[in-house]
Amino acid sequence: MIAESFSVEKGDYLRAGEASTKMKNMLKKLGIGGSVLRRISVAAYEVEMNLVIHSFGGTLSINVDGDYIWLISEDIGPGIPNIENAMREGYSTADEVAQGMGFGAGMGIPNMKRNADIFNIESELNKGTKISMGFLLGGGNGE
Amino acid sequence: MVNKRFHSVTLDASKCKGCTNCLTRCPMEAIRVRGGRAFIMDERCVDCGECIRTCSYHAKVAMTDDLGIIENFEHRIALPAPSLYGQFYHAKSIAVIIEVLKHIGFTDVFEVAKGADIATRMLQEELKNPDRPKPLISSACPAITRMIQIKFPTLLPNIVKVKQPMEVAATMARAEYSKKHSVPKDEIGVFFITPCAAKVTAVRNPIGQEKSEVDGVISMLDIYACVFPILNKITPDENIKIATPYGVGWANSGGESRATNINKTMAVDGIENVANVLEEIENGRLRDLDYLEGAACPGGCVGGPLTYENKYVARNKVMQLVSELPCERPEETVPCRVLNSYDFKMDTPIPENCSMQLDEEVSTAIEKMERINDILESLPGYDCGSCGSPTCRSFAEDIVRGYCNITDCIFILRDRLKVMAQQMVDMSNTKRE
Ligand SMILES: Nc1ncnc2c1ncn2[C@@H]1O[C@H](COP(=O)(O)OP(=O)(O)OP(=O)(O)O)[C@@H](O)[C@H]1O
Ligand code: SF4
Ligand code: SF4
Ligand SMILES: [Mg+2]
Repeated sequence: MIAESFSVEKGDYLRAGEASTKMKNMLKKLGIGGSVLRRISVAAYEVEMNLVIHSFGGTLSINVDGDYIWLISEDIGPGIPNIENAMREGYSTADEVAQGMGFGAGMGIPNMKRNADIFNIESELNKGTKISMGFLLGGGNGE
Repeated sequence: MVNKRFHSVTLDASKCKGCTNCLTRCPMEAIRVRGGRAFIMDERCVDCGECIRTCSYHAKVAMTDDLGIIENFEHRIALPAPSLYGQFYHAKSIAVIIEVLKHIGFTDVFEVAKGADIATRMLQEELKNPDRPKPLISSACPAITRMIQIKFPTLLPNIVKVKQPMEVAATMARAEYSKKHSVPKDEIGVFFITPCAAKVTAVRNPIGQEKSEVDGVISMLDIYACVFPILNKITPDENIKIATPYGVGWANSGGESRATNINKTMAVDGIENVANVLEEIENGRLRDLDYLEGAACPGGCVGGPLTYENKYVARNKVMQLVSELPCERPEETVPCRVLNSYDFKMDTPIPENCSMQLDEEVSTAIEKMERINDILESLPGYDCGSCGSPTCRSFAEDIVRGYCNITDCIFILRDRLKVMAQQMVDMSNTKRE
């Protein structure tokens, strides 16, 4: 098994996307490509941007374990009050800064769910949010 | 002539000082310094020419054909890249530049800009196809295509399936000349005048086609040297038909996008900048973009490593020459007959290049990556290049790949020497007791 994690800071738009890029490079070195890589790229970027935009900060980790690649995002708050709403296409609480940068279409979480083979979200108000996504190596969603 | 390992960019070992200047500037991490000289890793180099620009000792060179090669044919057609027009600040018109080529040994000239006009029409058709992924990515710069093969294989399906303007022009030039002069096609030599090394490699080792239509590639610098002294003495044939301003415009970054005549395009120049945008596309951003034009060179082909003129001067010269052309679009000048009677679509797939991969087996690759991470922890993280690898991470990777040894790191070596020295002191102390 190989695992790497990256810390992502709140509001750090300058470095946003860095963790996703590093994870992608790692997967490419491991020879993971095609549709799996494409789907992970999209999901990783969306989940990383949510940490930057909506959370107080957190970590993004990836591990390649047997048949699955796991992408896990864990943050230290503020938590999502209504997960059902957050999962809906078009639902967004993004502020003006984020909107000005082209975020806030409310497509992030729906995109993650669509691209991952396994998707799980847990959130507790004032505690934090944890999103786990599994991607089946060599197959899965859309292949 | 096809040679998969051929690269135009090579090292002149006699001039290389092993200084590591190029090492950290190569966008592909394709250079290593070992035993006091640089080496280029064939499987990773994309012939972008960045190292030619950075080497202070001119040890990085581009292999091109000598102008003498045209003597091998009785009928010799020059294919000037449109960037050539930007090289002559005092040239009065494009017609002069075309005419002067006939004075240095060519029997005829066919503008690559005309190839670009045709490629524009093909591109417009492909952009209309709803089954193609978005954004489509230009196939005009071979350095960018090769970078996608190595670093962004998930974007390979997005590459436009139209042959490069150079190839389109070569096919047309040969066919038209053969018909007009009743000469068999194989007795005609077709020679591309190149702004860069990437195009030389693309002729020897073609992308998206089995065999190139080009018989030789001559450096723009060599042509410049022959042409410059006689340029002002030339009286051109002002009646010749020049390519459209849009075809000529391909010389500058942004020219291709303008030629497509659609809105949602983006032009990026400089190989690192293109890599960053490709990264964004891979992340699913820029979803509403229809076309990405990426040029490895700053400014586009006018900034190619084998050009003579300052790229800003060249860019402006091209724009000035373009402004004097009749305002025609490729849709008006390229006859449907041409599009119907030739096939300018790529006919072989562009495969992934797996040279970044640590191992063919994912499980073995994972083991190797674990070892790389362990080694990385013991390294100082200065990315100084003294070990001969561009970064500490690539050094760790090189060790695991078996290319070098941990003591090539001068900091590790120093620490080990300190320990050894201490051990020797300890040993001699013990003996004395
Ligand atoms: N890590 C998080 N912490 C707190 N709230 C979150 C977090 N991630 C998402 N949310 C909430 O869920 C909503 C929906 O997220 P989603 O990623 O789908 O859309 P968005 O980020 O608002 O817009 P887009 O992703 O399209 O730019 C967000 O607007 C936000 O209210
Ligand atoms: S040509 Fe470009 S890719 Fe090749 S070694 Fe030089 S800098 Fe690196
Ligand atoms: S931008 Fe033009 S000159 Fe530069 S490498 Fe690409 S094709 Fe060659
Ligand atoms: Mg989001």
